[in-house]
Amino acid sequence: MKKYTIMLACLILIGLSACNNAAEKEPAPAENSTEAASTAGGQEAVKDDDSAKDVVKVAVGSKDHSTLVAALKAADLVTSLSNAGPFTVFAPTNAAFDKLPAGTVDGLLKPAAKEDLQNILQYHVAVATMKAESFTDGQVLGMVNGDNVTLSVKDGKVMLNGTATIIASIPASNGIIHVIDGVLLPPAKK
Amino acid sequence: MKRITISLAVIAVIAMLLPSCKPKNAGTAVSSGAAEKAFVAPGKYDEFYNFVSGGFSGQMSVYGLPSGRLLRVIPIFSVDPEKGYGYSEETKPMLNTSHGFVPWDDQHHTELSQTNGEIDGRWIFANANNTPRVARVDLTTFRTAEIIELPNSAGNHSSPFITENTEYVVAGTRFSVPPDDANGDVPINTYKQNFKGYISFISVGKEDGKMDIAFQLKCPGVNFDLSHAGKGKSHGWFFFSCYNTEQASTLLEVNASQRDKDFIMAVNWKKAEEYLKAGKGRKQSVKYAHNVYDEKSHTATSEIRTEVTVLDASELKDICYMIPCPKSPHGCDVDPTGEYIVGSGKLAALVPVFSFTKMQKAIADKAYDGDYEGIPVIKYEAALHGEVKKPGLGPLHTEFDGKGNAYTTFFVSSEVVKWSIADLKVLDRVPTYYSVGHLCIPGGDTRKPNAKYLIAYNKITKDRYLPTGPELAQSAQLYDISGDKMQLILDFPTIGEPHYAQAVAASLIRDKSVKFFKIDENTNPYVSKGEGATKVVREGNKVHVYMTCIRSHFSPDNIEGIKAGEEVYFHVTNLEQDWDVPHGFAIKGADNAELLIMPGETQTLKWVADKPGIYPFYCTDFCSALHQEMSGYLRVSPPGSNVPLLFSTGKNIAKADSTAAK
Repeated sequence: MKKYTIMLACLILIGLSACNNAAEKEPAPAENSTEAASTAGGQEAVKDDDSAKDVVKVAVGSKDHSTLVAALKAADLVTSLSNAGPFTVFAPTNAAFDKLPAGTVDGLLKPAAKEDLQNILQYHVAVATMKAESFTDGQVLGMVNGDNVTLSVKDGKVMLNGTATIIASIPASNGIIHVIDGVLLPPAKK
Repeated sequence: MKRITISLAVIAVIAMLLPSCKPKNAGTAVSSGAAEKAFVAPGKYDEFYNFVSGGFSGQMSVYGLPSGRLLRVIPIFSVDPEKGYGYSEETKPMLNTSHGFVPWDDQHHTELSQTNGEIDGRWIFANANNTPRVARVDLTTFRTAEIIELPNSAGNHSSPFITENTEYVVAGTRFSVPPDDANGDVPINTYKQNFKGYISFISVGKEDGKMDIAFQLKCPGVNFDLSHAGKGKSHGWFFFSCYNTEQASTLLEVNASQRDKDFIMAVNWKKAEEYLKAGKGRKQSVKYAHNVYDEKSHTATSEIRTEVTVLDASELKDICYMIPCPKSPHGCDVDPTGEYIVGSGKLAALVPVFSFTKMQKAIADKAYDGDYEGIPVIKYEAALHGEVKKPGLGPLHTEFDGKGNAYTTFFVSSEVVKWSIADLKVLDRVPTYYSVGHLCIPGGDTRKPNAKYLIAYNKITKDRYLPTGPELAQSAQLYDISGDKMQLILDFPTIGEPHYAQAVAASLIRDKSVKFFKIDENTNPYVSKGEGATKVVREGNKVHVYMTCIRSHFSPDNIEGIKAGEEVYFHVTNLEQDWDVPHGFAIKGADNAELLIMPGETQTLKWVADKPGIYPFYCTDFCSALHQEMSGYLRVSPPGSNVPLLFSTGKNIAKADSTAAK
């Protein structure tokens, strides 16, 4: 009988330690975080393969945007962009990121550069759904980071800050993605 | 063998335990002890009442906190067939407006009455967004006592916020429109010339709570969004957020987001009172309804009023001042000291906090950046206490804990952020599930917050509860904020769409709750104070049935001689004088609703006899063991029939049965 008791105790211990391990591995639910946007409050974890895709899911599904997606994750912006929006996201392609000086992207993806990365990425997002054909020459857009982007429209081509051109537009459930061929850099802080 | 069996059993038990050990996903993560904190034992009372706006339901709901139990839905701006509200003859006038009877509205904000900046537990005010109105709900009966309509307005959104002694409840128009006495038949693209924004100051009777439009302020044509009164040192002032200072009238999603800064408009209402007294107001011809429910006659009356006094904010220079506020400000919240005004620009990357003292100095120094349609614009920096930098995305609303901290909701990043007013530092942040709009701390917009809990009201629910098809309940989330860190302890569904809500210690209201209405004090013209007083009276094409109900019969319960086509008015008096014994009244073919009659009350249902036949009626609210027996019959004969008008209870028995009936 004693033998069984010991065995039982062992099994329970194993069971419990499994619990503890699981609990330890689980990241604290953002309750101690006072940095930027939290990682646990959004709809990105909602299991739903039926609804139209939001801007994040569209970006994730694009081979040409793996750098952008990695950057959004590093900047904790997946939550916000999975929410209701509406968003206009100017999404630089991988090739656009590759045009930046060597090492720039790797540097921005480091935890220490998180705030800079957030600032740059938020400079690519406006709260409103704006179709490419609605843009007008000289239009100024207020971006999420607080800075403005100026548009020029010539021969049907929409250019942002004179540095990046919209090459495709993809509607999403919570807004629209305009694929651009350059990375927008926010004006230097005053 | 036995040994193997036991081992297997043990493994099976462990296996059953294991699934509960799998890492919780972030969406369901709740720290330990949460259930205990939100638990209110069966039979025990909650600590707080939570009055939650019902949004597009038009009603207000009352929850207990911390349990999240739904206690009552108070019908205000929408008909409620469950209670007969808007269907009974007595309550129909409550929904009268200058547009006639309006059976629905969109109820956004609730505000408890205050004395000396503290909740006094007497009334709660509610706004109707669509057909602009303000209601007062009596907290002894939890019923709508009064509704006043607002002329010159459209979309009453920045309402029904109050001054610290409930001197006024305000109503600022969300949609600027041509004034009611102007020709409104103008091209929409003449917005800038023809559209104006009106703000109403509704006075509230000190004793009886009666509302009256004391004056309106005529302001530039912008969208007034939210507001809060000054308090303490800033008592005498009111602050309104404005967006669409671009004055766009199409595709506001883009065109109302052009300017880097819109405004918080500061209103010196004491100064406005002076101008009013000095006769500077202009009498304007308008039409608006004022509806009052009398708890003695249990009857509402509606009066159409035709005049309002208007003060012009661009002519009377020192009433209004514009404070620039970044990017379409939404929430406009004043801290418990009255010194700090928080403007939340929903597209802004920061939250500005303005200082009342600095604003006063800026006005004294005339530190202006020109004017906006004749209203001085104070220099942003001159009024600014400071900015909360990078607080989150999409700031909406702020409440306070009275300990120097503010709590702001962020819609885009779906979180509540706690920050310190003095040094503008972010102290804590918690996610909400999902996309939070308003928040509420008991007393959180007063001088004396009671900051044990914070409730977040979310716009999107998705996977939080069992799915119910495409339409899902919206959710409230309860956080314990008694410690340094906010802790999510409960998640509960709400009715309609919750916008703003208020909460107050139950002790302030609980003991004043009316249990029944005294039948002796019932002054309804159709009351029957006892079964002996019941009767059926024909007046032309109308038949008035004076009826009573008491456990477990109606009197009369047999009615004959009604003719098809006649309008029958059932005036039903509940004779009970006992707590929680309402009776209901329903009759076959009624094309409106039931009556739900509280003890001591009289309510009237209009019913048209459409064709000859027998029409049963019965009590709809299970009242006693013989509730199913609580019923009666009404006989309808053809027009021109000579069946006499008869009514009785317990006497209309066939001769053959009459001996048995003894």
